[in-house]
Amino acid sequence: MLIGYFTEQPYRGITEEQVLKHGSYFGISNSNFDRQLGSDLYNEYLDEFCYAEDLGFDAVCLNEHHGNPFCMSACLNISAAVLARITQKVKLLLIGNPLPAHGNPLRVAEELAQIDLTSRGRVISGWVRGSGPEQFFNNKNPSFNREMFEEAHDFILQAWTKPGPWRYEGKHFHYRHVNPWALPYQEPHPPTMIPGVLSLETVEWAADRNYPYLGLASSLGPTAELWEMYADRVATHGFQAGPENFGYLGMVAVGDTEEEAVELAKYFLFAHGNRLFARAEHTLPAGFNSEGAIKRLSSQASGGWLGLNREKIMGENLGKKDLTDDDLQIARSEIDAALQKMRDNYQIIAGTPEQVKERIETILRVARPGHFVFMNVQGDAGKDRRRKNMRLISEHVIPHMRKLAEELDLPSQYQVKPGSRQLASGQSRTRVTYPEILQDLEVA
Amino acid sequence: MIDNEDCVEIDVTRLVVRKRGAGKPLLILHDELGFPGWMQWNDVLGESREQIVPLQPGFGHSEHLDWLRDYRDLAAYYARFVRQLGAPVDVIGFSAGGYLAAEMAAIDPGLFDKIALVGPLGVRPAHGEIYDFLAVTARTHVAATVSKQDAPEFSKIYGGKMGPEQFMLFEAARAETSRLGWQPFMFDPSLPALLKGVTNETLIIRGTDDLICPLGCVEAYESALPNATISSIEGVGHRPEIEDPDAFIRLVRNFLS
Repeated sequence: MLIGYFTEQPYRGITEEQVLKHGSYFGISNSNFDRQLGSDLYNEYLDEFCYAEDLGFDAVCLNEHHGNPFCMSACLNISAAVLARITQKVKLLLIGNPLPAHGNPLRVAEELAQIDLTSRGRVISGWVRGSGPEQFFNNKNPSFNREMFEEAHDFILQAWTKPGPWRYEGKHFHYRHVNPWALPYQEPHPPTMIPGVLSLETVEWAADRNYPYLGLASSLGPTAELWEMYADRVATHGFQAGPENFGYLGMVAVGDTEEEAVELAKYFLFAHGNRLFARAEHTLPAGFNSEGAIKRLSSQASGGWLGLNREKIMGENLGKKDLTDDDLQIARSEIDAALQKMRDNYQIIAGTPEQVKERIETILRVARPGHFVFMNVQGDAGKDRRRKNMRLISEHVIPHMRKLAEELDLPSQYQVKPGSRQLASGQSRTRVTYPEILQDLEVA
Repeated sequence: MIDNEDCVEIDVTRLVVRKRGAGKPLLILHDELGFPGWMQWNDVLGESREQIVPLQPGFGHSEHLDWLRDYRDLAAYYARFVRQLGAPVDVIGFSAGGYLAAEMAAIDPGLFDKIALVGPLGVRPAHGEIYDFLAVTARTHVAATVSKQDAPEFSKIYGGKMGPEQFMLFEAARAETSRLGWQPFMFDPSLPALLKGVTNETLIIRGTDDLICPLGCVEAYESALPNATISSIEGVGHRPEIEDPDAFIRLVRNFLS
């Protein structure tokens, strides 16, 4: 099993009230950005990733968003380049480069090769389409998002593996001279991992390539269903999926007492967490999602990915609003209720080390991932509390997980190559998840 | 009154065309939200004109054409349609349909006789900005098209609760519009220079309260087109044809007569 550490690297100088009033993190004016604090935080997060290495995590995980205090990391390859030099052994799990937003896959191929070389082969290169706001921020046509993503991905693999120089005339990208001098340290190229939040199209795309799929704190029941679909798809190519094909990112808060852990876990939902990542009009720009995905989202009465539901998608822009004290009180009650619900369905794990060990054991038994990523809290919880959380995970939870991974046979993609379990002709695949365990536990 | 839907074959593609009325053909190019159905102004014009409304590829039942990348591509495709129909024809284009009509005229002014542009997008506004309707929800977009939400025809077609089917149609239309007009947003930098050679008699109609198409847009058209005049309709937004149909019909009838 590969165990990673992740943080969205939240900007910690804004209040919940600011986000709630604006109606989202995305779009809050950068006149609220404190340069000194920003400088401190970028350095603190780099130090935090080094601390994760010291604590025995196998990987540090980086992502990026743009123009958003929810996630300060706007250029994950820059952080990865720094970490390539200042860490020694952790894998650099990039989840991932938003290829359509970058708009220059040859440049991405060069950057990643340079990082992989500097780190002496520690890159796991994830690819993403980017979220809706990324299309606005980078002014990338959402109607071409998926095809740009797929073309850029295919191009990068070629740039890394096909001897140059050669010419490329694609649909969205065109190059006269493809010959990146620096090639990745790992041959033929770094391994990958595709993060996602219950998108069927993304799961199918990943399965077609035997790319491990990382579920981003999705509810455990639907996650298991989706992973069976992934396994079905892999089986159509003649392979049996295994734990090496799956990863799960969990929001985990550990405390000396349950009360302390729950207080910390509230920061995962700082200003409603990713539910207020962006407003509906920015999350779902026209053309960004397939017709099927829009139908699914617009039939969803409540909850939903990034807080989207029928009412928001089909309604008017919400816009800014003035909040009264009562409104704030209501928002806080909703956040408390959401926390309980997310704890119940295993999206957030909070408790003492013993409680957390038990909950994570359930995840491992139900979903059987070969990769598990711990996400630290959002908001302004502060350096000491963040680090204490990491330390408790490292001291108490990770040793238990490693033992369990041996017992349950949960190899990572470094132990078993995805796509190496071939199915004989006519042989049916075996199941990859055990959701009935949740029924025994009476989890919805 | 004849009212039918045809499929016109252009090379190997099939364009769905709605037709109504009889008389000299009048090409109608719908806006970025799609053909809203026959309105009062169509009833009146249909007494003397055959109204021909191609449904833009990707809208309604017209097939999506993957190779279309911008409004000039679409204009060249529609030019073939007009040649099949028998050029020249009079044309009236609404919003993005006005953009399309202008691109077609720039490609070949001989496609058209008279040109009416209603709240036309397509050129960089001399001042102001084209409203970014792709940065808002479909419902907000629709609402922004009018200044009078209680206009009877607007209430009839867009009032009340939006059903899932209507929402999906809007999203499909907006996705196609995004494909063609995302960047630069709903204008073509080279269009004004090309319009200098379009000497057709042109009427530009704009509602004085139009939120989508700024005054700077119609002024840019007026200065680019050698034979254009602007007519404003007081107190209406981006859809004068349904916000004040009487005033709209008067202007268009006079112009086309």
